[in-house]
Amino acid sequence: MMKLKTNVKNCKGCGICIELCPKKVLDLDELGKINVAREADCIKCGQCELRCPDYAIFVIRDKK
Amino acid sequence: MAKAILMQGNYAAAEGAIAAGAKFFAGYPITPSTEVAEVLARRLPQVGGTFIQMEDEIAGMAATIGASIAGTKSLTATSGPGFSLKQELLGYASMAEVPCVIVNVQRTGPSTGQPTSPAQGDVMQTRWGSHGDRGVIALSPSSVTECFTVTVDAFNLAEKYRTPVVVLLDEIVGHMREKFIMPDAESLTIVNRKKPNLPPGEFLPFKPEEDGVPRMPAYGEGYRFHTTGLVHDYTGFPNGSNAMTHEVIERLHTKITRNIDDIVRFEEVQLEDAEIAIVAFGGTARSAYAAVEAARAEGIKAGLFRPITIWPTPDKQLEALAKKVKTIIVAELNYGQYVGEVRRIVCGEANVISLPKWNNDAITPNELLDAIKAAR
Amino acid sequence: MEEILAKYFRPKLPHIWCPGCGNGIVTAAVTKAIDKLQLDIDQTAIVSGIGCSSRASGYLNFDTLHTAHGRAIPFATGIKLVKPNHNVIVLTGDGDATAIGGNHFIHAARRNLDITVVVFNNNIYGMTGGQYSPLTPNKGMATTAPYGNVDRPFDLCELAKGAGATFVARATTFHAALLAEVIAKGISHKGFSLVEAITACPVSFGRQNKMGSPANMIKTQRDNAVMVEAMAKMKPEQYEGKFPIGVLYQAEAPEYVTEYQKVIARAMGRTE
Repeated sequence: MMKLKTNVKNCKGCGICIELCPKKVLDLDELGKINVAREADCIKCGQCELRCPDYAIFVIRDKK
Repeated sequence: MAKAILMQGNYAAAEGAIAAGAKFFAGYPITPSTEVAEVLARRLPQVGGTFIQMEDEIAGMAATIGASIAGTKSLTATSGPGFSLKQELLGYASMAEVPCVIVNVQRTGPSTGQPTSPAQGDVMQTRWGSHGDRGVIALSPSSVTECFTVTVDAFNLAEKYRTPVVVLLDEIVGHMREKFIMPDAESLTIVNRKKPNLPPGEFLPFKPEEDGVPRMPAYGEGYRFHTTGLVHDYTGFPNGSNAMTHEVIERLHTKITRNIDDIVRFEEVQLEDAEIAIVAFGGTARSAYAAVEAARAEGIKAGLFRPITIWPTPDKQLEALAKKVKTIIVAELNYGQYVGEVRRIVCGEANVISLPKWNNDAITPNELLDAIKAAR
Repeated sequence: MEEILAKYFRPKLPHIWCPGCGNGIVTAAVTKAIDKLQLDIDQTAIVSGIGCSSRASGYLNFDTLHTAHGRAIPFATGIKLVKPNHNVIVLTGDGDATAIGGNHFIHAARRNLDITVVVFNNNIYGMTGGQYSPLTPNKGMATTAPYGNVDRPFDLCELAKGAGATFVARATTFHAALLAEVIAKGISHKGFSLVEAITACPVSFGRQNKMGSPANMIKTQRDNAVMVEAMAKMKPEQYEGKFPIGVLYQAEAPEYVTEYQKVIARAMGRTE
């Protein structure tokens, strides 16, 4: 099940989400953009989405 | 018809703003313009408008522009030192195409100068005081009645051409008192900015129409448009490409030059057979009327060309004048500013004599008459 | 955030801010505050000055005004006075608001004008390449302070309070949720609201002052910010390097537009 959605076009590879992720789910790909490396470990805490300055990563929430 | 009253020039300018539909003034006290602010402080709330004395001249210009962008006819008033402070934002109003009126009651400069004495030393600052290239409209009234009618006219031009318009008084005209009859509201022509003719999403707030002027939305109407002093495209969003920059700067000029016949106002006195013409405006023109009469009484064929629109310059009219008369005397209360424009336009077709005065006093009819006689 | 983007942002992304710049986080907080309050987007105007933070207005889907350096607040004053029912929000930077804009800042606060001013404080002039601002720390490095900043900085919140602001709050981009919350409270407050948003400039400030990665600068915010209620319980010796966040001051006082509306009513009542 998809937990995270990324917008690589907007991502600037700043690394904030990567360093602040408590579960080390994220890293950068060869082009220096966001890559969801270990999606299974994601706990959907939302820290990445909350602090991405470029609106390039979103937690997929269940629609009620 | 209203009865005749004794009215001060500054006061009449303030009433002209009210008659034009102005509902906002933001400014700062400065001699000899303060009466404009004081009158509007009392009159604007009486007509449901807002007056605010801001913390400085720049804030006054900023609030005036902000209120106009939001959709309200606005003005400010100042004199030399304040006018200098406002230059950056005057350029902003030009670039963002914001209608507004700036009354500048000129006094002796530079710097603090002589606050209570008349001068016409801001002529060039009005044209070139802000950085970069833009077209400018400035009007100069010569009587109390004109302080009223020219201010109404200034608002109309500002609204029609989406541009700041400067009303250049001098301390003579601003502080003189004359008989004044308030025109009936029905007799006045009032122009309002063109509103959008397309719904939000389709409308482009900076796309010029045939006359070179874009239509203008107001805040709260759903257009949610962006306004910036950066070079921008038709959406209002910054766009610094060579093509856009070239187009925008050019249009800031052509929207005035292409419409020059609609914008230029002037008065001609006894020029039909004149051999010597005085060019004078504002308070100086009052002495010129008397000098022309005195010269004619002595058999000298003198006349007066009075620009009411100082900028843009009345090129066509001055070119035609230069072909008709032998001598043009440019009288102004400064070290010689408008004379350069007249020389440029006349281009040697007639002899141009500069008659500047910069000692706080007005140019007298006798000084003008002497100059006319010396030019014979 | 996707719903926020769809509703409140113009289709102009990606924005111009550097990788790791916190301005995007602050801008998101502003829109989240607007969303939380369900403000009418056609009755909301956003005004900015000049600088990196001031570019925010262009990206937002409202009546937006990008003015001259330091002048956002008086432009906003003109708007608020002729559109008294509008929510007027000013987005500005530390240099824009407190250096060239300082006079306008203190007078709008003194008037208790009902606008909300969000100062994106990155302690530097970012757009022009890293010169010191009135909020650059003493001894901080900047391109125009190559030997270290001799100036002392303002305490922006104290300045606002001293000038007459009736709502003063501070948060950081680490405390992004708190930031949105205090901005919403500021907008709701009827009077002059100041929200200081501590944000990182990794490229111009961080690099010159050896503050590490963008994430590291955010962690520094986390380590030095203390909730104001908690700070009240600390001993003064523990204050070193710390700063309070949250709602720092709130009061009720006559608001400028309301008072002027009374002037209009009186003036119109008098004329026949």
